[in-house]
This record gives sequence, structure tokens and C-alpha cells, in this order.
Amino acid sequence: MNPADLRYSKEHEWLRMESDDVGVVGITEFAADSLGDVVFVELPEVGAKLAQFEKMGEIESVKAVSDLFTPISGEVIETNEDLMDGPEKVNDSPFHFGWMLRVRISDKSEVDNLMSAEEYDALISAEEA
Amino acid sequence: MTEALRRTPLYDTHVELGGRMVPFSGWEMPIQYDSILLETRLVRFGVGLFDVSHMGRVEVNGPGAGPLLSSVLSVSAMGLREGSARYNVICDEQGGIIDDGIVYRKGEEQFLVIPNAGNRAAVYDWIVKWNIGPEPAEIVDVSDDYAMIACQGPAAEFVLEPLSSVDLSKLRPFRYVDAQLDGVDTMFARTGYTGEDGFELILPSESAGRIWSLLMDKGAIAAGLGARDVLRMEAGLLLHGSDMSTEVNPYEAALERFVRPNRRRYIAGEALRRIRDEGVSRRMVGFNMVERGIPRHGYAIMGESGQIGEVTSGGYSPTLDRNIGMGYVQTDYSAEGSRFHIDIRGRSVEAEVTSLPFYTRRRRSDS
Repeated sequence: MNPADLRYSKEHEWLRMESDDVGVVGITEFAADSLGDVVFVELPEVGAKLAQFEKMGEIESVKAVSDLFTPISGEVIETNEDLMDGPEKVNDSPFHFGWMLRVRISDKSEVDNLMSAEEYDALISAEEA
Repeated sequence: MTEALRRTPLYDTHVELGGRMVPFSGWEMPIQYDSILLETRLVRFGVGLFDVSHMGRVEVNGPGAGPLLSSVLSVSAMGLREGSARYNVICDEQGGIIDDGIVYRKGEEQFLVIPNAGNRAAVYDWIVKWNIGPEPAEIVDVSDDYAMIACQGPAAEFVLEPLSSVDLSKLRPFRYVDAQLDGVDTMFARTGYTGEDGFELILPSESAGRIWSLLMDKGAIAAGLGARDVLRMEAGLLLHGSDMSTEVNPYEAALERFVRPNRRRYIAGEALRRIRDEGVSRRMVGFNMVERGIPRHGYAIMGESGQIGEVTSGGYSPTLDRNIGMGYVQTDYSAEGSRFHIDIRGRSVEAEVTSLPFYTRRRRSDS
């Protein structure tokens, strides 16, 4: 269920490389399902500088508030404005329409700190068990 | 964490349906089956089933029952007609709210009290404590003998009607009738906690699973505690433990219309009359978020010169498509249209007081 072309963090965020130094960030289907109905997403401003694995925003479901962590360092070049009025896109389409940030990556070697789809599958089967 | 969670007679049904089971007031209950927002909408437009068996069922019987309950409840039990129900609060001698709930008059000398799950022992003990009249009442906790299913939504009557032995269209709000539901002895009460039309059904535990499945076959959906919380909040209904406690009184909680403090031999009467006459310094209000943000239980409410209150409930309302909240504020901030800010994890987000309830269902015109 986790797309093979993405890289994954322990905090259940994904990174899709769009070009050599631009990546798109979102949360996984496993994370979205665990949260339940997402009703609010707070993302960093365009221009914000992010550091890998640090807090980048907040996500709220009906019952709970959780932190969002960035899987990669870099500068935010676009945020998904559709999530302001339609946070449910995170549940409906976590890997596509529910994307969160487009980031200009500052250190490509950090991608190696992320998991492959296979490794991530193993992580969530362990969490589910 | 060592104390085992209790399970209702419908536990296996919830698990089979894929319910996400969570601890709630000492019980293992389904918070949701699929989506809280979807379940909320289906109750507003169709009909949903809630397992509310975790709530208590306490019978108070005998010649002393009416006087006893009248001394404990915020309304007169003796003034209640047979077959009727009334919402009330139970206050301690200081006027603090021990619990809220519905009392039913089942006969000349028979009453049924429904405490919240977390307050079953407190309510039972409180009634027993004041059972000191000349004719002591018989107080029996029958909670474990029965299951309770709330069947709520505009289609509730249509789902139940073909299975029930009486004409439910004749049953008015806050009335109940003892009849059969597909042959099972059931108490049908036209009450609920969702702001919709609906029924609360009390039936023998051993029949609960079969009846639940039957009602689902007829078109009802299973709804969890998550949807129940959203629905009651939209309807402006308070939740004891969140919005009320023994630390607040009914005048602060804006529940004075359910309080008759002038009655003789009402335990909380003296305190409540004093509170009423002196006035209160804080008041329960409902508010809409003006700016983006979701208020939640425990967040501070800020005025120009500091904290003026605290959020007790809040969240996203799918029916109204906006973020709503409830909480106590200083009375000078309690008028409709008053503005203040909610401290949402360090972010100051503006809100405006609105009248409760947030949502009122459209009623079928009486013909």
C-alpha cells in the first residue's frame, strides 16, 4: 500500500523527489488512518527553513492534536492551500491530493536517512502487532 | 492502568463491526467504527445506534421513592407524570453538580434514574445517603441486567416502527412506553443526547446483540462515542466530567431552567437559592471560532487583561462546518457577541460568543 517511489520517516511522513533538489512531503496512509478524520492542518509559511526530523506543523483529528515532522531539511517553496478548507484530503488521498509541502532540499544526502517502502512496511506491521 | 476495563453486552458486536475500542470512564467502548464525521452526518440525516449500556440504571421504588428523589434531584420527581421523563442535575449541599441525567417515572411509586457511566457509584451512594425518610425507598442498581441502545436520527422512528408492538408515532419527546421490540420486552423512551429525534431503548442484556444487528439490517448505522460527542456538542448539551463537575453549580453551567430551588426538603435548595440571589461570576457560554483554530478542553480563554475563562469542550462541527467550543467565562464576557481569544497551544485565536445550542433540528410540523 505504500508507494515504492517514496521514502519514509519513522514519524510516518513521506518524501517524493520531484527533481534533483525539490521534494514533496506528506503523511502516510497509516498515519492518516491512525489519526482518524483530519479536521485541521497547520503548516509552515512559504520561505520557512526546515531541519530534518524537526517539528514543521500540527495536524488535528476530531479527537487529538499531533505534531508534524519534516522528513528532510530545506526551504518551503509551496504549501498545499487546499488543506486549509479541505483537510479531509489527508484521509482521502494521503499520498496525492493530501500532500503538504514542496521543499527545496538543502542536503540531498539526508534522503539516505529515510526508509524505503519495504522498510516502512516492516515498521508499520511491527507497530500494528 | 491495572484496573480491568468493563465491557457491555454489546462488546463482541462492536469488535465484529470493526469498532475502535478505547477506555472511557472505566469501560472499553467503541470511539468509532469507520469515520467519526461520517457517523455524525449519518445520525443527522438518517439513523445511528449508540451503545450506552455503560450508563447506569438505578431503580428507586416504594412509597418513599418520590420524596427521596425530590430531595436529591433538581426537579420534583413527585410532580412527574407516569410515563414521563425529565432532565435534571444532582447537586451536593454546596450546589456543585454531582451528575446530570434523566429521571423516568415508571409508576406511582417507581422511578428510574440514569447516571453517567463515570458517576454510577457517586449517584447511587448519594441517593442511598439521603434515603433517611420515614419510609425508606428500595434502591436497586439494575445496570448489569439491561443493555441500553440509543437509536438516534430523523429515521429512528421508521427503523423501529415495523419491529415494535406499539405505535411509536404517538410517543412524544420525554415520554416512554414499555412494549416489545421484535418480541423483546423493551422500554422505549423518546429521549437522547444528539439533538435529533430518537429513542433510548432499555432491554435485557442477552437480547442486545440480536436487536442491534436487526436494527442495522433495517438501515441504522453503528455510531461510536466520537460521533456522540460531536453531536451533543453541536446540540449544546453539556458532558459531565468535561463541562460540569462538583466544582460548578447549575447557575454557572447555565442550567437554571432545570432547577427548582424553592422546594422544601431539597438538599441543595439552600445553597442554590443563595447562589441564585447572589449571582455568579462565571458562566457557561458557546462560542464560534472567528479565526482558524480548534478549541479543546483545558485551553485558556483570554480577555484584554489576562485569562477570563477556560474551554471545557470544543471541536470541528461537521454539521455547521465551523469550529465551535463551550466553556466558562467571566460573566462580563458572556453576552452574545462578546469576543475573546483562545490560547491554542500558544497561538491567540479569536472567538465570539453565540447562543446555545449551535444546532437545532428542524421539527416536523405538527399536523
